[in-house]
Amino acid sequence: MYKYNDFDAAFVAERNKQFRAQVERRISGALSEDEFKPLRLMNGLYLQLHAYMLRVAVPYGTLNSGQMHQLANIAQRWDKGYGHFTTRQNIQFNWPQLPDVPDILDALAEVEMHAIKTSGNTVRNVTADHLSGAAADELEDPRPYAELIRQWSTDHPEFQFLPRKFKIAVSGSAHDRAVIRAHDIGLRLVEKNGDTGFEVIVGGGLGRTPMIGKILRAFLPKADLLPYIEATISVWNLLGRRDNKYKSRIKITVHEHGIDEISKLVESRFKELRPSFNGADQSLFDHIKPAFAAPAYKQHSTELFEQNYSNDPVFRAWVDTNVTAHQNAEYGIATISLKAHGQTPGDASAEQMHLIADLAKRYGHDEIRISHEQNIVLPHVHKSDLPAVHASLKTAQLATANIGLISDIIACPGMDYCALATARSIPIAQQIATRFDELKLEHDIGELKLKISGCINACGHHHVGHIGILGLDRAGVENYQITLGGDATETAAIGQRTGPGFSADDLLPALERLIAAYLDLRSEPKETFLQTYRRLGATPFKAALYPERAVRANAA
Amino acid sequence: MARSFSPKIVTANALIEGDVIYLSADDTWTRDLQFADVITDEADADVRLISAASQTSVAVGVYLADIEIHPDGLKTKHFREEFRKLGPSNYFHGKQAG
Repeated sequence: MYKYNDFDAAFVAERNKQFRAQVERRISGALSEDEFKPLRLMNGLYLQLHAYMLRVAVPYGTLNSGQMHQLANIAQRWDKGYGHFTTRQNIQFNWPQLPDVPDILDALAEVEMHAIKTSGNTVRNVTADHLSGAAADELEDPRPYAELIRQWSTDHPEFQFLPRKFKIAVSGSAHDRAVIRAHDIGLRLVEKNGDTGFEVIVGGGLGRTPMIGKILRAFLPKADLLPYIEATISVWNLLGRRDNKYKSRIKITVHEHGIDEISKLVESRFKELRPSFNGADQSLFDHIKPAFAAPAYKQHSTELFEQNYSNDPVFRAWVDTNVTAHQNAEYGIATISLKAHGQTPGDASAEQMHLIADLAKRYGHDEIRISHEQNIVLPHVHKSDLPAVHASLKTAQLATANIGLISDIIACPGMDYCALATARSIPIAQQIATRFDELKLEHDIGELKLKISGCINACGHHHVGHIGILGLDRAGVENYQITLGGDATETAAIGQRTGPGFSADDLLPALERLIAAYLDLRSEPKETFLQTYRRLGATPFKAALYPERAVRANAA
Repeated sequence: MARSFSPKIVTANALIEGDVIYLSADDTWTRDLQFADVITDEADADVRLISAASQTSVAVGVYLADIEIHPDGLKTKHFREEFRKLGPSNYFHGKQAG
């Protein structure tokens, strides 16, 4: 894992000292709210519906046990005993008080963490495939490149006042688990003629104008990474619209100018910039890379695993659903579900965080990942330790076997917390998970990505859910629109709206009709919801959602 | 005839705690909606809003919210204000927890 050097530590300490003084000046009245707001946002501090919210960066979703323990300590000491993991691999504390925030930031700095780059019109915290460095299908661990981008972009003088925020995601596998096609820049490590480089995707994004990113460069040599990204952002920095915040993201710039024009401008700017990168970035990368070396895997019999797998059906169900193939055949990647049926998606109590940290230390080579799907991953667990890990998780409501199933819902905080939200997301997610658990149907339904956003900004990624739900305010009543056919992976697609929205009460029965229709329509149990949707189109699913319309159409 | 004006309150978040506050009749702030000053005159609303917004060392994000006057007290008109009054629905936190 990357360790701060003296520069990193001094940088964060200096920033924290500045912010402490800024908070003091705000409280004394020396700074107005208008003056203070951009300063607090630069340090991840938002003001939400009921309280301040501190968003802490988890760079490329990687934590060690000491950091997880410290997050739990912060939740206990300064918050209400829990934290909320987000779709950008960050953690949010929902209840800090303003005078405590400088102390929280100092506590984070003790474990090499901060809240910088989690807000504002700058290059945000870089996200990565949460199975990086462990997945069996990986070409190369993308996190060293994410760390390089983090260091290069933090306080980059040219990019402090961008037209809008800028999000970068990286993946080292052909199978996209990092939603790279819905980012401002998505990077995927690819191989060409024996060399590894990047496929560079630009102009993806969700929000009010969802777009799938386009390929800007099919193969970029690794050594060109920083100058090429710098060229791309600098082109957008000049072209991007500052007259209308809804048209300011790079996706709109690419859409308005066309990918060919953008490509021409980026390549031209890249030619100018490339010589100024004299190799310092590559030496820095050489320094970063060893920190991400694979752990010293142990060699041990996997017999205990096999015995438990044969004899314990609960363990077997958990392994089948939550454990993914590891690069080392004796190891497994264990995903810890933060989606216990009826609980808030992405929330972990301080006790749960402490337990996960202990498990990572004891069984997981001290590594933890946060997924954009709001779960926690132990990336390196020897198979013989999986029974002990599972037994321990069971004691803390963390052993739900539902990864990738209908109750593994992404949900933004919605109007229960968020000042921008137009409707609630959390209770909807709780109801859906509880209902499909009661029906004992979710394993039969199989892979299904259900994603809920409480407003058009789409933090809950509803556009790329196989089933997407968007909460809106319709004449003072919460109303939920359904989209179908979205896909967050390498076959990315934006879901299509089905028709009028549903009231909170009507939504669950509508979803039950939709799922019943899928179970009826699928060609075989292996055909997933998305595959069935792609084979048949929206019509039979719309008929299930709106039976009264189907009746009218037939009568006409 | 004057345009009808629906009753309003002035609300904001507290600078230090960040929680929801309401302007009372004496221009101080209360955390209890029932003690909020109800404004029934449009011109008065503008003045009260400007005055409240000037209290920058106490209140952040000052705005007017619609309110309904019922025999048993004040009721929020929009669900957003109801959530602000109570707290989140997934935990017994915020104002509802007292």
